[in-house]
Amino acid sequence: MESFFSRYKNALVLILVLLVQVIGVAIQVRRPLPGEHAQPDAGGVRLIRYWAISLVSPPERFVHWIGSSISNLWFNYVDLIHVRQQNKDLQAELRRLRIEQGGVAEDARQGQRLQQLLAFTEKYIYKTVPAQIIGTSGLDQSRILWIDKGSKDGVEVDMPVITPDGIVGRIREVFPNKAQVLEISDPTSGAGVILADTRLRGILRGNALGQPVIVGVMPDERIKPGEKVITSGGDQIFPRGLPVGIVDKVVPDPERDPMVDVVIRPAADLSRLEEVLVITSTGPEITPKERLDLIQSQAVADTEQLKASEVLAERLPSRIDPDNPDAAKAADTTTGAGGEIARPIQPPLPLHPDHFSPNAAPPAADLVPGARIAAVLQGPGNKTTASTSKPRPISPAQTTTATTSAASANGATPVKKKPPELVPEDGSRPPSATSVRPAETAAQQPSPRSNPALRPAQTPTPTTPRPSGLPKTIIVTDGPAPPTRKVTPTTPAIQRAPGTSAQKPPATTVQKPAPQPHKGPELVPDDGSRPPQTMLRKPKPAATPQQPTGAPQR
Amino acid sequence: MTMISASARRDLEVQSHPLLVYVLAPLLALGVQSFVALHFHGFAILDLPLLITIYFAISHRHPVAGTITGTIIGIAQDALTRHPLGIFGICKSLIGYLAASLGVRIDTENTATRAALTFCFVFLHSGVYWLLVRRLLAQPFLWSWLHELLRAAINALVAIVLFALLDKTRREY
Repeated sequence: MESFFSRYKNALVLILVLLVQVIGVAIQVRRPLPGEHAQPDAGGVRLIRYWAISLVSPPERFVHWIGSSISNLWFNYVDLIHVRQQNKDLQAELRRLRIEQGGVAEDARQGQRLQQLLAFTEKYIYKTVPAQIIGTSGLDQSRILWIDKGSKDGVEVDMPVITPDGIVGRIREVFPNKAQVLEISDPTSGAGVILADTRLRGILRGNALGQPVIVGVMPDERIKPGEKVITSGGDQIFPRGLPVGIVDKVVPDPERDPMVDVVIRPAADLSRLEEVLVITSTGPEITPKERLDLIQSQAVADTEQLKASEVLAERLPSRIDPDNPDAAKAADTTTGAGGEIARPIQPPLPLHPDHFSPNAAPPAADLVPGARIAAVLQGPGNKTTASTSKPRPISPAQTTTATTSAASANGATPVKKKPPELVPEDGSRPPSATSVRPAETAAQQPSPRSNPALRPAQTPTPTTPRPSGLPKTIIVTDGPAPPTRKVTPTTPAIQRAPGTSAQKPPATTVQKPAPQPHKGPELVPDDGSRPPQTMLRKPKPAATPQQPTGAPQR
Repeated sequence: MTMISASARRDLEVQSHPLLVYVLAPLLALGVQSFVALHFHGFAILDLPLLITIYFAISHRHPVAGTITGTIIGIAQDALTRHPLGIFGICKSLIGYLAASLGVRIDTENTATRAALTFCFVFLHSGVYWLLVRRLLAQPFLWSWLHELLRAAINALVAIVLFALLDKTRREY
């Protein structure tokens, strides 16, 4: 027996060592239950790891200290050119970002309110601990990082590790002054992610090549390279919305046939990490500092918006009427319940107002039912008949008189002199809106030009009674009966601007033809055609009692 | 390749190193491997602790010492990874035993012999590691013949320089 051990001593030692290690591995290895994260090592294993890293880390720290000293000497004393300009640029960038932050602050608050309504428990990054990476596992098969912060700095197991570019991994093992970080590219890692555009969720793991891969994804044609991937927050480790990377390619899953794996290009350069942030605290609300930043940025954004509004108001044409600024002020005093200024929509004033123009018609409260046709229904005296009318010769100049009353038309009453309106030499009629206002038109004469029967050569003499064969014509115009008032003559050469009705036409443009009594009825063909608006003339409202036939009034 | 008996070999060349070398060499190998791979990702294709294990085994020429040396270095390397302690310990224990056993029988002072032995041991180390990780731990591990052969060749080339440097530290009786 002694010779056996002495003869196979080496082999027996090897077998014994291997057996002990296999048993040790078997003890350490325990598959986590579904939904359970990998448990940290037992006390003995932790002790061995701690000894190993304590022995290895001093030379690493020494080398790192040399490198840091050289880099600090260079960057803190030599490479300070353009630092002032960079500072200015960064200040400007900070102001711009604050304004942008203020712009999204309202959306963020709305999101928080909605999440509170829906009982969501969103986690925000509350506190981070910066850490330097002092080493790796040194192997392709084990994506492990070592950082110089440990439990004394508040680092705990399963805390997320990130960079400003994206997530890096999570804390796997913690020692007093050091911690082990498991990268997202390690096959044993796991993180809940979501595709930003297609909103597909998945679990991020590392494949055998050290690439982060979303495993077990249903084939979807919408997944395209370049799509952003963010954390979903479903793993209860990484806060939601942190950038993970972009889609690199989609490959078939070798273990699950219909499924595909989405290979991710990590946002954080995992091969060149130097400093990372360990999220040591997350909370349901944003930090007071972030809240203060939001308030400040909101104030800055409001100020900028106010300035922009003022600049815009100066550049735009003013809505305030310079002749009546009080009206605009009175309109601006109307505010809504929320403080918003409620301005009524007002159409622009018409250039050529007529009875269809806004505010031209009297209010409905002032109207009397049947008033429009009251003049017609008053009796036969109001009807202009051919039998009672006396035709009179109409000259072209007379036909342009717009203020000839019905009484003067039949010659029963003297006609008050009115300044005639100007008519162009070519005989063209002025626009209706400028010659005779519809509301003032009671009885108009048909134009000889528009009615060939009334041309001077064909019109009967004033003493000649109207033939009985002429059709009986009733002119009815819309609107209430006009009040008794004088009709202001108008001139076609001068258009009335709104609000300038009181302006008198220039004296040089007024011609004073000899007043001629306008006798006889207004002849209008009864073939259904209405005379043009320019032919309608308003009768004299204040007709004498002996007026036999009242002119149709409107 | 000259084959000599083990007793004659020991009688001809008794090599030893200072104790400081036995301590610092593995620590430096682990430290450099861990630190340089942080900044040069391709450096991970090297396995300096394995090269140190092979060197001590073939120079000391004692299988038990080689096994123990491989076990300690391997467990220390395991401590830096996420693996359970023992994976690299098993691999390097086996490599240390084989290297020490071969070092008794062949001339390991020749450069070509060292390169060939290192190439074979690195390739064998990868095979054992794949077996343990893929079969024992059931973890994903992509085996690539080209990658492993290239890795073995690069380590063999580096071993020529590293072994020459370590030869400077040995003391001969």
